[in-house]
Amino acid sequence: MGEIVRNIVRIFAGFTLLFGVYIVAYGHITPGGGFAGGVLIGGSFILLTLAYGKKLALQKLSRSMSSTLDSLGALIFLFLALVGIAGGYFFLNFLPLGKPFHLFSAGIIPLCNIAIGMKVGASLFAVFIALAMVRVVKHEDGTTDYLEETDDTEIKQ
Amino acid sequence: MNVLLPLFIGAPLGCGFVIYLAFRNRDDKADWIANVCMMYLAAASLWSIKSLSAYGVLTYRMGGYAAPVGINLVLDGFSLLLLIIINVAGFLAAIYSVNYMERFTAKAKYYVMFLLMVAGMNGVVLTGDLFNLYVFLEIASISSYVLVGFGCEREQFEASFKYMVLGIVASAFILVGISLMYAATGVLSMVHLSDIAAQGNVSGCFMLAGAFFLMGFGLKAALVPFHAWLPDAHPSAPAPISAMLSGVLIKAIGIYCILRIFFNMFAMTPMVPFIFMMLGTASMVVGALLATGQWDYKRLLAYSSISQMGYVMLGAGVGARVIASGGPAHVATLAVLGALFHLINHAGFKSLLFLTSGAVEFSTGTRDLRKMEGVSQRMPVTAAAATAGSLAISGVPPFSGFWSKLFIVVACLQAGYNFLAFIAIGVSIVTLAYFLKVQKYAFFGGRKEGFEKIKEVPGLMCFPMIVLAVMCLAMGLLAVSPLREAILEPAVKVLTKQM
Repeated sequence: MGEIVRNIVRIFAGFTLLFGVYIVAYGHITPGGGFAGGVLIGGSFILLTLAYGKKLALQKLSRSMSSTLDSLGALIFLFLALVGIAGGYFFLNFLPLGKPFHLFSAGIIPLCNIAIGMKVGASLFAVFIALAMVRVVKHEDGTTDYLEETDDTEIKQ
Repeated sequence: MNVLLPLFIGAPLGCGFVIYLAFRNRDDKADWIANVCMMYLAAASLWSIKSLSAYGVLTYRMGGYAAPVGINLVLDGFSLLLLIIINVAGFLAAIYSVNYMERFTAKAKYYVMFLLMVAGMNGVVLTGDLFNLYVFLEIASISSYVLVGFGCEREQFEASFKYMVLGIVASAFILVGISLMYAATGVLSMVHLSDIAAQGNVSGCFMLAGAFFLMGFGLKAALVPFHAWLPDAHPSAPAPISAMLSGVLIKAIGIYCILRIFFNMFAMTPMVPFIFMMLGTASMVVGALLATGQWDYKRLLAYSSISQMGYVMLGAGVGARVIASGGPAHVATLAVLGALFHLINHAGFKSLLFLTSGAVEFSTGTRDLRKMEGVSQRMPVTAAAATAGSLAISGVPPFSGFWSKLFIVVACLQAGYNFLAFIAIGVSIVTLAYFLKVQKYAFFGGRKEGFEKIKEVPGLMCFPMIVLAVMCLAMGLLAVSPLREAILEPAVKVLTKQM
């Protein structure tokens, strides 16, 4: 990628991530939530990949880490739902609800948002990396190979 | 008891993600977790028969909020019928996978997708909320796209891509339909929507939404003008997945949703059942005629699925038409009973036939009927199971398929659709013809070179086939009093309650 893109991404990738975390954390009192924030979190890593190549992005968040976070997010969400059964209902909001429009309120909803944000962010990045990992090579005799890339080449436009 | 309901969705989801988190590279552990989970689900679904007859319709309020604000899970007779189909067939397919999937890499990931698909289908049949239904439908569909392409060969990717594109078109139609319903009424709970529809003052939004639903779910169910993806997608998947797709998925996210929406949510008009009957008859005839010309064993079975789903739609359509025109109640009941009976029977014999096709492919390495030799002597269990399945699907007495087709034909005659009854019988004969072809070429043909070393498949693959073959005979008993009252009649009551 060009110099302009690299510089802008260098400045903004961190802020994108931070904004994503903010959207997740304030999901229960402002517009947004786990999914929207997760997309921003995933997007910040995708920006890094586009501007600096896979190697740098994978150093920040490896493939195995992203798929682990993906499953972990889903399991935390399911766990929160299952704990509710002890109180009588699946997905019961068992934590104190607190005052409306405060950060620490709404019971389990912020926790659910964090789990969803984790899952969405990690899995979006994992999907993007999975799409970028395989290079299709067409040989002259008509056969095609699907090679898994390991080098640090940038993604070509 | 109530707490079992969310676990139908929670247990497979949880097991799936645990496998992916901790046992991604441990195939033996994944085998155990997936099979124990499916065994639990199968047992729980059978246990639900008892609780349904003891307590009546169960409603589970998620998070303690009542509808229309909260999401309800509802277990009524119709959901229960589908739950049994999904989880019992899923359990047998999971056992079959233990040996069959050895040939593929990443067996653990296969189980993850398998369990997600089961969770999605369980969600679809249990939920009482229209948008929630869409979410679970997508879970089931997306995991099935992955599973169709699981072999990672060129043709599998092609089939998976085709299936995905058409599946997404279908989902888009369904989502637009749901949006229209929400725009018109402001609620998404099915019970409230049906109350609004029953009051009669519905706007054109309902009709437009109905058309979208028919197209969307018709695509998912592969009814005849919308069937093009199925003959590619179902044969490309690994055999246990073909069995799940053809035996269960097209029913759970296609037929079930059509019947649930049009019988329970919309007030029945005479036009809609007429479309059902046309779609059903077209599927029956076109599916059977196309199946006759196939030489690929699994592709033949896939076309046959289209044809058999036509029977279900025909039965349901005749029942709905009688309901809408205020005809005699017993005819409507018989037609719907026949349709649902055929639904559960088809799950049994089509799963069985796909499993036998997998076993033949496992041993001989080919799906082309012309290249097979008669393996009946070397693979006696597979051959016997395939014969039972073929006889059942062709409607030969005393196998289960005969009784359900008989009900549908008799209902057609009683409702005055003699011509449709005639077509149904004719298609049944065509079905027998193409299954005789399978029997001749795959199992009772002559010896050929190169097949000296083939032997019967391992025990864990034989077991599900034996169970299903016995069920092909035993499910005829569903037509008799105690079983019919426990399993089929509650489902029929749900669909015919507009009478």
